[in-house]
Amino acid sequence: MKMTNHVKINLPAIVGNEGFARAAVAAFCAPLSPSLEEINDVKTAVSEAVTNVIVHAYPDNSGEIDVEVTIYDDKVLSVTVTDSGVGFADAEEVKKPFYTTKSAEEHSGMGFTIMEAFMDDLEVCSEPGRGTRVTMRKNIKQHA
Amino acid sequence: MDFSTTLNRGEIVIALDGELDEKTAAQTRDYLDKRLRESTYHRVILDFAKVSFMDSTGIGVLLGRYKKVSENGAELCVKNVNRQIDKVFRISGLYQIIKAV
Repeated sequence: MKMTNHVKINLPAIVGNEGFARAAVAAFCAPLSPSLEEINDVKTAVSEAVTNVIVHAYPDNSGEIDVEVTIYDDKVLSVTVTDSGVGFADAEEVKKPFYTTKSAEEHSGMGFTIMEAFMDDLEVCSEPGRGTRVTMRKNIKQHA
Repeated sequence: MDFSTTLNRGEIVIALDGELDEKTAAQTRDYLDKRLRESTYHRVILDFAKVSFMDSTGIGVLLGRYKKVSENGAELCVKNVNRQIDKVFRISGLYQIIKAV
């Protein structure tokens, strides 16, 4: 696949930046002329990934999020959300529906389930103490 | 997030206006809980006509309110959800406990 466009956004992991991140990614892939449903799918998945970092990655509320967006062949969107936070040992366990370490705060544990459902492909790499990298891909059909 | 509430014969309709995510979750939770504490009701309808976006943080907010409303023997419903939010509801299974009216 040939890379046709690329952007990397670095943000502090603070509440409110999930909204900026999803809007920025949506704007970046607008030239692909995605359908409204496709753009909403991407926005939702990005919001989940960035919110996970904000809520879980940095217990001392001090850290950064990298959001990297790459477009391949003018039709495949790849979004990678990376943090250098606490990480976790078992990605498969974390991806299970309703898995949450913060049920007392009413977190639903549905974030990864939604990412998987709204995107075509999801990869999660994490290491305790080193951080987490979530990569999601979606084929955008041409609507122009 | 902005809110407006109407109460008619035990039915509370709370209209939300904005995006329901991590930024607005606490404010939404606090507003809804205050209204639920202050009222007597048999049905609570959340009107999503002016909610443009919701992610799984919103699922947590709704599940928490569902629990409180159910404990009072009442019903929690939603109406006017857009396609993005409808998809979040369907994939998470929320419609199994929160009816769309």
